[in-house]
Amino acid sequence: MKRQIPVVLVGLFGLFMIFQYFVPHESSEWIYEFLLDWTIIIGIFAMALGLWSLYRVSVEKIRTRKPAWGYNYLTLVGLFTMMLFGFTSQNGEAWGWFFPFMVAANLTLVMIIQASVTKGHRGLFLGTAGVCLAVCIVIIIFDDTWGFHFETAEGLQSTMFRAFFDNILIPIFATMFSLLAFFIASAAYRAFRARNVMATLLLLAALIVMLRFNPYFGPLSPYMSKASNWLMNVPNLAAQRAIIIGVGLGIVATALKVILGIERGYMGKG
Amino acid sequence: MDFSTFLWTTFAAFLTLATYSFLYKDNPFYKIAEHIVTGVAAGYFAILLWHNGLVPKLWFQRIDDGDWWWLWLNSSKPWYLIPAILGMLMWTRFSKKYQWVSRWPMALYIGISAGIAVPLEMSNRVNKQLYDTMADLNWANFFGQGTYAMFDTTSGLSQLLIVIGVVAALIYFFFSKAHTGLFGGVAKVGIWTLMIGFGASFGFTVMARISLFINRMQFLGGWGQEAFNASGTTPNPNYSAWYQVFFWLLALLVIGYAAYEIVKHLRSRKT
Amino acid sequence: MDIFEKLMKLDRRWVFLFLIAVCVVTYAADFEIPVLVEPEVEAIFNFVDTLPAGAAVMIPIDYDPGSLAELHPMTYAIVEQCWRKNLKVVFSALSQNAPGMADQAIRDISDSLKVEKEYNGVVYPPREIVNGVDYCFLGYKPYPAIIILSMGQNFRLPFPLDYYGTPLDSLPMMRDIQNYDDLACVIDISGTNATDYWISYGQGRYGFPLAIGVTGVSTAQYYPYYGSGQIFGIMGGMLGAAQYEQLADNPGLAKDGMRVQWSAHMMIIAFIVLGNVGYFVSRIRARRGERR
Repeated sequence: MKRQIPVVLVGLFGLFMIFQYFVPHESSEWIYEFLLDWTIIIGIFAMALGLWSLYRVSVEKIRTRKPAWGYNYLTLVGLFTMMLFGFTSQNGEAWGWFFPFMVAANLTLVMIIQASVTKGHRGLFLGTAGVCLAVCIVIIIFDDTWGFHFETAEGLQSTMFRAFFDNILIPIFATMFSLLAFFIASAAYRAFRARNVMATLLLLAALIVMLRFNPYFGPLSPYMSKASNWLMNVPNLAAQRAIIIGVGLGIVATALKVILGIERGYMGKG
Repeated sequence: MDFSTFLWTTFAAFLTLATYSFLYKDNPFYKIAEHIVTGVAAGYFAILLWHNGLVPKLWFQRIDDGDWWWLWLNSSKPWYLIPAILGMLMWTRFSKKYQWVSRWPMALYIGISAGIAVPLEMSNRVNKQLYDTMADLNWANFFGQGTYAMFDTTSGLSQLLIVIGVVAALIYFFFSKAHTGLFGGVAKVGIWTLMIGFGASFGFTVMARISLFINRMQFLGGWGQEAFNASGTTPNPNYSAWYQVFFWLLALLVIGYAAYEIVKHLRSRKT
Repeated sequence: MDIFEKLMKLDRRWVFLFLIAVCVVTYAADFEIPVLVEPEVEAIFNFVDTLPAGAAVMIPIDYDPGSLAELHPMTYAIVEQCWRKNLKVVFSALSQNAPGMADQAIRDISDSLKVEKEYNGVVYPPREIVNGVDYCFLGYKPYPAIIILSMGQNFRLPFPLDYYGTPLDSLPMMRDIQNYDDLACVIDISGTNATDYWISYGQGRYGFPLAIGVTGVSTAQYYPYYGSGQIFGIMGGMLGAAQYEQLADNPGLAKDGMRVQWSAHMMIIAFIVLGNVGYFVSRIRARRGERR
């Protein structure tokens, strides 16, 4: 029951999908579309698992007072704020009591977390949370310059939602990845040595590719460009093609093993 | 650029610099940026799953007809309840006792993805690549044409090199036979080909990493021109008192932290 | 300790500072690097440029902010070209943070369409870009492979509503568009492995013309598909974007960054050479030491 049914299900659906590829009959297409549709819905629920674990991990870090635990409040407040922005939108130009509401709502969240991790004073934190929540509710009832939208996607176009994405998420992520530029420069200085034939070939190919758009070689410049283009389209193509074929065979072999129930690692223990 | 956009851009520039401070060493500014972005990205994803996932795929499918107190069983598409329940079963992952239930929806997903992978990966990664490798050699243009004949990618010689490279590299990947004798020699050609491939990848990687930094520099440069009015001849209308307050608050934060670090450093030197 | 040993033991933060200095100086110095266009990029430009007005092109935006530097310029150049040529564009976003990137790109490019501009000698009048008429943004769903396959059956299967929550059937341009058969081509701009899925599951199963714009890191690995004709063009990294901007006569951030790219490459090559010289010198010394 715990292990057999999943194996049977995997085999059944896997074999059907292979069969469907070769027999594109109307009825098999019909089932095919259904299965694709269902997988998407399951995927949505599966993806949400990650959000819940982020919440749990953050709260756990606060509870156990891990090093730098205080920053986890920022994570949780960021998460909660962004979700509120996504569910709300202004009705007109005015902001009304929207920002006081956001502060009160975030305070409610922090107080609830405090109450769940604290050893004493639970009543105090819960009480404060209750007061903050009451403030939120009062604002929601009496302020009609903005509103909640759960069924329609106004939130995706709200000013604050977009501002947070464009001015917090984009710059930090883009900068984090750009830190790699510095590490590759430092590695170029320390690690890339022509120790043997293979390393030399690697370095030479890299040099040709890096010099491809250098205009300061006079008549040689177009040759550099053509050479690197040839390098990409002939030796590189051969190497990558061998890798692609190898990976392709690997994927097919693993998929067959999964379908036939030989490979069951996806089930985990228990 | 209006004033609020300008303020936001200043904040974005601050966050960019805060992240770059990691290059010197790990510090509170970097930690703040890192933790904020984790939360905001998760919140963004949650909203996306709701508005782009649940609402169109489940809510909209059933709310069009049917009543929720019937759980939409009276709608025209009652079968949507099945994937919804399967999806919910994924959440049993958090329980130790009922974790095994989540294997059913997972089995559906894994079976389907494995099933679609077999024919498609075989035909598109393996077969089509092999067909192209086995194409007729271009004898009419064996040594290439034009000024750059040496680097003609369509010449017969280039095609022949591709065939040799692919076969040799595949032989290198074949570990069931010891790489000795003729077999080992061909395998050696294979690894050389692979090394050229990795070199090309590496050259492109350097380019990619640098361009990420260039983009941030362009962003900071654009902001700097706007903020300090470096290029303009007319005074910046955004350069108001509120902006000054905001800017100097951020700057004071940084200066304060730097002073703290210096004092700490000097004290540790004394002891 | 001689100079080579000292250089080898240098704190890496000096290397960082040196890179910043080199990049900032070249960024401040205003000169232009000529960009040589490669056939892989030209193929994409020519394909889009020769499409008749009213044709529909799909541009999946499958990248996160981490690769915006390389891929945003491509998106901006291609989409602007499409809209100036009165082509219709279908966007989708199959990566976690991609919808925000697409949303930003659509807003920015719509703004730049509001002014008259001249490209390659042709003057294009200003235009208002309307959602549902000039473009349709499908939005995000998880599992790219499954989504790409189901879009081949019908766009309404994975995306009954678009990103903004409007039913696809109520968008004028989507009335004639059911699946990939109704599109002129797909140009995937991607910083994730969604490209692999577009090739194997999209092009492989439904056979539409596919071109890709990818990050520099993964450019080299897609050349075999170009060789075998599974994709008709590749744009790789910022250089690919700069080439496209050059072809479209629409210089943007990529072309602007080329001079910094050039100087940084020179610096890194110098570092590699310096490191190797130090390495060989120390090896020769070690050998001499052995002989003694």
